[in-house]
Amino acid sequence: MKRIRVLVTKPGLDGHDRGAKVVARAFRDAGFEVIYTGLRQTPEMIAETALQEDVDVIGLSLLSGAHNTIFPRLISELKARGLEDLLLIGGGVIPEGDIPSLKAMGVAEIFTPGTPTGKIVDFVAARAG
Amino acid sequence: MDDSKITPTLAQAQAAWRERTEKGLARFPERKNLALDRLYTPLDTAQVDVLSDIGFPGEYPFTRGVQPTMYRARHWTMRQYSGFATAEESNARYKYLLGQGQTGLSVAFDLPTQIGYDSDHELALGEVGKVGVAIDTLADMEALLDGIPLDKVSTSMTINAPAAVLLAMYIAVAEKQGVAPAALTGTIQNDILKEYIARGTYIFPPAPSMRLITDTFAYCSRNIPKWNPISVGAYHIREAGADAVQEVAFAFANAIAYIEAAIAAGLKVDDFAPGISWIFTADLNFLEEIAKFRAARRLWARIMKERFGAHDKKSQMLRFHVHTAGSVLTSQQPDNNVVRIAWQALSAVLGGTQSLATCAKDEAIALPTEDSARLALRTQQLIAYESGVADTVDPLAGSWCIEALTDRIEAEARAYIARIDALGGAAAAIEKGYMQGEMANSAYAFQKSIETGERVKVGVNTFTQEETHSGEYLTVDPTVGERQVARLNALRAKRDAAKVSAALAEVRAVARSGENLMPTLISAAKTYAGLGEICGVLREEFGEYSAHADI
Repeated sequence: MKRIRVLVTKPGLDGHDRGAKVVARAFRDAGFEVIYTGLRQTPEMIAETALQEDVDVIGLSLLSGAHNTIFPRLISELKARGLEDLLLIGGGVIPEGDIPSLKAMGVAEIFTPGTPTGKIVDFVAARAG
Repeated sequence: MDDSKITPTLAQAQAAWRERTEKGLARFPERKNLALDRLYTPLDTAQVDVLSDIGFPGEYPFTRGVQPTMYRARHWTMRQYSGFATAEESNARYKYLLGQGQTGLSVAFDLPTQIGYDSDHELALGEVGKVGVAIDTLADMEALLDGIPLDKVSTSMTINAPAAVLLAMYIAVAEKQGVAPAALTGTIQNDILKEYIARGTYIFPPAPSMRLITDTFAYCSRNIPKWNPISVGAYHIREAGADAVQEVAFAFANAIAYIEAAIAAGLKVDDFAPGISWIFTADLNFLEEIAKFRAARRLWARIMKERFGAHDKKSQMLRFHVHTAGSVLTSQQPDNNVVRIAWQALSAVLGGTQSLATCAKDEAIALPTEDSARLALRTQQLIAYESGVADTVDPLAGSWCIEALTDRIEAEARAYIARIDALGGAAAAIEKGYMQGEMANSAYAFQKSIETGERVKVGVNTFTQEETHSGEYLTVDPTVGERQVARLNALRAKRDAAKVSAALAEVRAVARSGENLMPTLISAAKTYAGLGEICGVLREEFGEYSAHADI
């Protein structure tokens, strides 16, 4: 079976990468192939990396409040590259009230602080496996 | 601790008690993996000398506190971290908090400001005014501090890579208010090494960053002596995954690097070390945190005296601010956070902090509302005025458990610092990815301990409930970015462009010459040159840092 390839990324200027790194390690321990971009990624850079690395999943970590700006821009960059079917998930400090609109635009799930990594791994395995 | 009472009888009695206890353990097994011993007795503190290791408050090695009277004379400064949207909106929140009895300001800047971009930069899109206030030019700083008397209120600014520029703007505003630099009190964070390993708002590579820090040390010691030119961040290292010992050790290793750089630049340790301040976290392990603060004070005093030969008491004192840990707050059952924050704050007070910021209960979800921000401040006031713990100095001293823990944390932190020294110091250790790796390991181990149930997290892996998120959360006006860019454009049209260009050329010249940058940054701020314009020149001269992306 093909291993699931996941791109874990920190868009925008936010430097809080503890959660992104912990989730990336959990993906790796679950047997996924993980590409971690590090900080300060623009939507263009993320979409381009997703294309080059041929990933199945993109996970965005956002704690800066820029989610309502960054997700739509990333989705349009993905569409421009024919990648709109990739599984797109997000995590971080994202208010409950913002989640329905993010899902409506194509984000599969948002995981807020306190979510067990096992739950995220199971979600990705079920949807991208 | 008091050798006269430690007789062979105590050791024998304790051994006999252990033996009797072992029999019951089969029926009542102890919880596994606890960091503390079952019981502490005078045998655990036999190596601690009351006079030289614990001593008296206000005296070397300051284990019991940096002031002789501590909170009996004056409570800690209640300094809530705050800032969002535009300068006017943040100014209104500051005035509200000061009106509610807050005693100092703590300015949160948005990410474009922290990374030296003006609000109209491509990378600023969606970030303007979100995690703090947007400051592009001196005009924003004037609006931010409007009506706040800078000779009376002390201001702490969480700003690192472009700290020198924000300090220059602050000095320029004070001048316009008629306040002399010598009267200013406050702090810039200005701690770049922890940005590379923990917080991420770096701009320049290490060498020019260290030069900017040394420039602010030199400028402040000569011109604004009451200003703290650095607040070394232990907090961010812990929040990024470190444990309590690593928090102390890595922050100390970074501070040692700044001191060595300043000495190498020709400064005398007692001229600038009194201006070194600190920010620590207050995490959840109540006893360990109290011991951590005491151990840190003692270890720092010893490092300053033994390693750097500092004679001035103020150079030896570890004066610190505490911000309660945000990463341990949960989005599940957010009211539980009120209780967590209360005992975190209590540990900081029992640990002898100089100032304190308490998180608001909704910070795992969004920025605090006015109501939750007020409750966070009230938490401090309740501890100060109703709990009684502030009525005597260092009340837990002499507890066998606390003293043994204090001793252990000091020894373990010392051992970590020796390992970092062996790697060539903090900058080399960061370059090798050493601290980042240690922190990532600790963070992952912590998360796994929650998921295996080894560590109980109330409301997360145990005592969970179905939840509906009906609370009210603060949302930043989505038009703040456009409004800020419009302000910036209006200001650019109005200012004297020739003066701005000349000032930026001067910044470039001084960046090259190696002279102290502070005076020219102050002149540039007064022309209303943008933070992004000034940092843009410095980016061209200094280059930009690119970080490791290891997990």
